[in-house]
Amino acid sequence: MSFGRVCALDGISIKIKKGEIHSVIGPNGAGKTVMMNCISGLYNPQKGSIHYKGERINHLKPHDRAKLGIARTFQKVEVFGGMTVLDNIRLGRHIHYKSGILSGAVYLGKTAKEEMEHRKFIEEEIIDLLEIEHIRDKPVGMLPYGLQKRVELGRAIALEPELLILDEPLAGLNLEEVEDMARFILDINQEKRWKITCLLVEHDMGVVMDISDNVYVLNFGNMIVDGTPEAVQKNPVVIKAYLGEEDLYATRK
Amino acid sequence: METITKELTIPKLFYSQAKKYGKERVAMREKEFGIWRPITWHDYLENVKHIALGLVSLGLEEGDKVAMIGDNRPEGLWAEMGALCARGVGVWLFQDSLIDEVKYIIDHSDTKFLVGEGQEEVDKAISIRHECPKLKKIIWDDPKGMRNYDEDYLISLKEVMRLGEKLEKEKPDLFEELIGKGHGDEVALLFYTSGTTALPKGALLSHYNMLTMGKNLMDVDPCKDTDDYVSYLPFAWIGEQMMSISCGLQIGYTLNFPESRETAQENIREIGPHVMFAPPRMYEQMTRTVQVKYLDAGWIKRKSYEIASSIGYHVADLKFGKKAIPFYWKILEWFAYLLVQKKLKDHLGLTRVRNAYTGGAAMGPDHFRFFHSLGVNLKQIYGQTEVAGISVVHRNGDIKFDTVGLPIPGTEVKITAEGEIITKSPSVFLGYYKNPEATAKTLKDGWLYSGDRGFIDEDKHLVVFDRTKDVMILKDGKPFAPQYLETRLKFSPYIKDSWVIGDKRDFITAVICIDYAVVGKWADTKKLTYTGYPELAQKPEVYDLVEEQIRKANKDLPELVKVIKFVNLYKELDADDDELTRTRKLRREFVGKKYEDIVNALYSKADGVHIDTTITYEDGRKTHIKTDLHICKVKA
Repeated sequence: MSFGRVCALDGISIKIKKGEIHSVIGPNGAGKTVMMNCISGLYNPQKGSIHYKGERINHLKPHDRAKLGIARTFQKVEVFGGMTVLDNIRLGRHIHYKSGILSGAVYLGKTAKEEMEHRKFIEEEIIDLLEIEHIRDKPVGMLPYGLQKRVELGRAIALEPELLILDEPLAGLNLEEVEDMARFILDINQEKRWKITCLLVEHDMGVVMDISDNVYVLNFGNMIVDGTPEAVQKNPVVIKAYLGEEDLYATRK
Repeated sequence: METITKELTIPKLFYSQAKKYGKERVAMREKEFGIWRPITWHDYLENVKHIALGLVSLGLEEGDKVAMIGDNRPEGLWAEMGALCARGVGVWLFQDSLIDEVKYIIDHSDTKFLVGEGQEEVDKAISIRHECPKLKKIIWDDPKGMRNYDEDYLISLKEVMRLGEKLEKEKPDLFEELIGKGHGDEVALLFYTSGTTALPKGALLSHYNMLTMGKNLMDVDPCKDTDDYVSYLPFAWIGEQMMSISCGLQIGYTLNFPESRETAQENIREIGPHVMFAPPRMYEQMTRTVQVKYLDAGWIKRKSYEIASSIGYHVADLKFGKKAIPFYWKILEWFAYLLVQKKLKDHLGLTRVRNAYTGGAAMGPDHFRFFHSLGVNLKQIYGQTEVAGISVVHRNGDIKFDTVGLPIPGTEVKITAEGEIITKSPSVFLGYYKNPEATAKTLKDGWLYSGDRGFIDEDKHLVVFDRTKDVMILKDGKPFAPQYLETRLKFSPYIKDSWVIGDKRDFITAVICIDYAVVGKWADTKKLTYTGYPELAQKPEVYDLVEEQIRKANKDLPELVKVIKFVNLYKELDADDDELTRTRKLRREFVGKKYEDIVNALYSKADGVHIDTTITYEDGRKTHIKTDLHICKVKA
């Protein structure tokens, strides 16, 4: 993938196995977000191919990929500030609604029943999981950043995805919020109810090394190494290119 | 309501009430997944029965201790009631207790079963298990995050109930037999008091203590079984036990459990309870909310509020003075109610409150008058864990904001020659667990020695001065209660906590903790920049603001009890740092030692004090703090 003469991603290959948390790390500008955008469909790479469950999905638009079960969150929260928390999350369930505009306008019988089912799902599965009962009717724009991130995660999992792309879910959070968020990520990955495969971009090495099954290291658009957290931490190139340079990342101890 | 005999126990009463109300009435409600879900008396009984029998089949024997830790939720109360029905003894822990406190209480109380809410509580229990050999099983009820726990000493509440169901099938009469065995003089609860000076002491409370307490209070202010009560304060606080068990069980009103701690205020508004009991800090918080909203409001709203509240205050003062209210004031009062107070009360969830009680700490007269100006029938109570709740309360139409009222029926209150308040009543506790010295000091000839200093005024009302050991001696040799000034200072929305110093000193000084949220917002409007609490507290503008608040509090006070110098502390006082008890009482001796440098500086000529200290956060991280605190003299 390149932009003009800047080559953002070059000859990389990543294989995400079902059920795991696969993290992508790398210094700023390494191409992590570009990679996520390629997978979610915001960018279309000039070369190479993206396969999802054995199927090539390069030609699919983001909303078609969402239907296949790919959801994402963004590095800078992209929520609908004027809408309530509940409405934001309901939006994530949009693809599961079967009723059309007309029956929605009348709101009787099947449509009302369908809405109730979705509401039940949101309340029992998402709001309870993310512990956001106290803000369900608040406009998202008025909330602190940490809670906005939680709402965005809620919207993404409302889609009931099989693959969830998390672009720096911990950036800008305080320690308590980081711990909560890490707990939620583990919950949606391991809890029988969810079992969502996660592709995680993150700078917080403490959390990445703790919760990931595999870590993929990227630098200047090239892959450095892909392996277990232990292997990555021992890799001399990684240490030099990334972990060795203290000021490039923030580790919370 | 029937009279309380010595034969009656909490389980017996529970059983007869549950049989009486059955499936027809709602015993409790819990808001879950956004909806209030009712639990009938029948379900309540079934759940308690299964927990009780489940505990029995796990090996609970007569007198074994069952500890509970967690938020207010039906399962917590079921576990307590289950333990009592199985002839065990209930022990409650504060949910935010640190590991050391949990360990001390579990170990000291010889707890055999611990019922925790979820992962957090289970983690706490696991980490202390090897140091508390008597602890057999840890029970949890919220499955969230529990997927990887498979230790054999862990068991879910559901599983316990399944064991109970099995046992019920084998021995269908066992539950009734167990309940029938009980006697009122047996220990029901082992309640740990959060001491302001020493390690917590375990007060033994009998069924008779608890039930007479509730009955005597309900004789003063009767409740109805159609009433609603919101249970959101920790069960480890005796006041909540009194309302939920002692009174709730006898009256049969509905207990309502909020969705989560954060939604409590909102849920109170939805329910609109008829009766309320909370420590002063809850009412202080409500006052602060109103004050802050007032500061934010537009001109018209502010003016309407000012007019309504001045009418309210005038009428309240007439009532305090027991004077007749002229008809034109009544019209104005009605007008103020319609225009402002109705809405305000609705937002605070106070619309239907018949009786609101406050106790557990001192409440300042300013806060007290504030609620009466709104037309809320707020009453002071006085009590302690050792009398299973309360012993003194205000009566309707006889409320004085500097007293705590008259003793409840069956209770005698006297003042010793030394000025100590002593109480005799059927609710006086049995003694401290494994602590005969403390028991001998507190219980003499059936009189409970409170350690509080007070006197009885001309209307026979009890006035609580302060803890005996906290009373200060002023320069002129007169005694003075520091908490009086502290509550006065706290009426300012900008001041969260205050600590008044001056025992045997030439003048009075204060250490102030600003309210971070309120002062932070104020600083935003003034375009002041700051990075955190320590920096904000030291801003000269904030010092000016605090000085103004102190000047207001100083007004009308005699020269000797005015705050002369003050300092803004670099952090808020916190129970996790042992500076406050879990019920947020100041541990004077401890802070006196901890902040010795600051105290010394306040009484020297210095205009600042250098702080070089380490703060430990809740997660164990440490931060080094180096800062200079400014000492300010209050200008007259």
